[in-house]
Amino acid sequence: MSAIVTHHPVAATGKSSRATQEPVWVRWALISIALAWLALFLFVPLAAVFTEALRKGLAVYWASFTDPDALSAIKLTLLAAVIAVPANLVFGIAAAWAIAKFEFRGKQVLLTLIDLPFAVSPVIAGLIYVLVFGAQGWFGSWLSEHEVKVIFAVPGIVLATIFVTFPFVARELIPLMQAQGTEEEEAAVAMGASDWQTLWRVTLPNVKWGLLYGVILCNARAMGEFGAVSVVSGHIRGMTNTLPLHVEILYNEYNFAAAFAAASLLASLALVTLALKSFVEWKTSAEYRASIEEYSNEH
Amino acid sequence: MPNTCSWKSYSVLPGFGLALGFTILYLSLIVLIPLSATFIKTAELGWDGFWAAVTTPRALASYRLSFGAAAIGAVLNTVFGLLTAWVLVRYTFPGKRLVDAFVDLPFALPTAVAGIALTAVYAPNGWIGHWLEPQGIKVAFTPLGVVVALTFIGLPFVVRTVQPVLEDLEAEIEEAAACLGATRWQTFARVLMPALWPALITGFALAFARAVGEYGSVIFIAGNMPMISEIAPLLIITKLEQYDYAGATAIAVVMLAISFALLLAINGLQWWLGRRHGRRTA
Repeated sequence: MSAIVTHHPVAATGKSSRATQEPVWVRWALISIALAWLALFLFVPLAAVFTEALRKGLAVYWASFTDPDALSAIKLTLLAAVIAVPANLVFGIAAAWAIAKFEFRGKQVLLTLIDLPFAVSPVIAGLIYVLVFGAQGWFGSWLSEHEVKVIFAVPGIVLATIFVTFPFVARELIPLMQAQGTEEEEAAVAMGASDWQTLWRVTLPNVKWGLLYGVILCNARAMGEFGAVSVVSGHIRGMTNTLPLHVEILYNEYNFAAAFAAASLLASLALVTLALKSFVEWKTSAEYRASIEEYSNEH
Repeated sequence: MPNTCSWKSYSVLPGFGLALGFTILYLSLIVLIPLSATFIKTAELGWDGFWAAVTTPRALASYRLSFGAAAIGAVLNTVFGLLTAWVLVRYTFPGKRLVDAFVDLPFALPTAVAGIALTAVYAPNGWIGHWLEPQGIKVAFTPLGVVVALTFIGLPFVVRTVQPVLEDLEAEIEEAAACLGATRWQTFARVLMPALWPALITGFALAFARAVGEYGSVIFIAGNMPMISEIAPLLIITKLEQYDYAGATAIAVVMLAISFALLLAINGLQWWLGRRHGRRTA
């Protein structure tokens, strides 16, 4: 049956479907409105970032990246992401293993609790660490006695970043691992695979694209986080400024060319994220199609 | 083999204790214990002090703006998100795949970048702002600017909840409607919309919940005038900068309570949708 359709593509788009299609002018009107809407909110602002960044020429644009404060902001942003993403990756795998592969009471509650950080305003995400580690917080006096700084220092920034990116990997992995069931792991265990072999050779290869997808989103948010980091950073130039905070400082000093130059770096990161995300989506749907084809060939 | 713990079904797979233990420990240390600090800190104020702190005219104005602008943004996103999803699923046009990928831009673009970009575009001398200025419409540095930023932030949600539902709809029901003499509009309103409502409501709730707490993109475009264009998260920061920790935390507790209620509603809705579509929810 499917062979007939592919050999005669006209048959699929012939007269029968016309009754369920809109007139051509309606179609183009709807497409135009949708594109205008997206242009107003997505395309024009994105174009504005790069235009404003290059307004004073390439020389000024490049110079803004050699500024030591900009470089230290880039370094701190990378550092926060390098700690936060692996931490949440390990958590995501552990949470998905427990939730997807086992049946236990209270699972729904645990799932809701994992989603909590998405429901919390970034500002509140920063505030809670100030309440715990700040000068007047729970551990404030203990920390100052031992001369450990968490708030207005790098550890606070890392903690806030971990909080706002907390659910990303777990949320991608849990539904995926639930859908794949437990047969393959049970077979591996029955054939004598060790615990780690089962995880590394069976479970993780099965979910590699979902894992990558979660890591990409987690990383984008970790590098771009503003509100939560802003509360705990203290905005010390060259010390506790991440790249998004650096953008704010330059902008508030009316140094627009440099602010948009730094912003263009973050916008490029967003574009890379979207490209990788589309690639992973394309890859997973290709594998899905291949597996269906394989299935229909076998039967 | 005897089942040792009654709250968990037996499984041959290893690592349950380690995985669940680590999950709960990490969740508690990063999320639950720090979050509980807000409620404990607020308890210092006592009920009267709490009520006085969260009902000052300035606080009330900030909730009105945060929730009002988030609601308007979410409504706009519901209408145009449905349209965008429809166009992306049903029609073909050049560059469609690229447009589809760009819908997720608000998820990927750092909020501070979004904030200064929207301000540049909608300021009185900006690309779009200078067209609106002569019409007497001011966007940047007014509450309308807050709506623009919160619309941007929530843009992908409705598109991404509606898109898979539209893709899964069977062509037969539309053909049946057409055979029975329904016009295209009647088919849309009476046949398609009932199937799309749950996804639309979920998308609306997600966009609204995200927008309510948003900070980064709003503060650049809002103007941040107390009582007029000051959002609730900004008021928390203002109070923190004045070392009014209890006052800041009290407002945070109000926002948390509303956000948790929204989260529960969304999870309930998705659970209900999952059951309706017969997907596995376990």
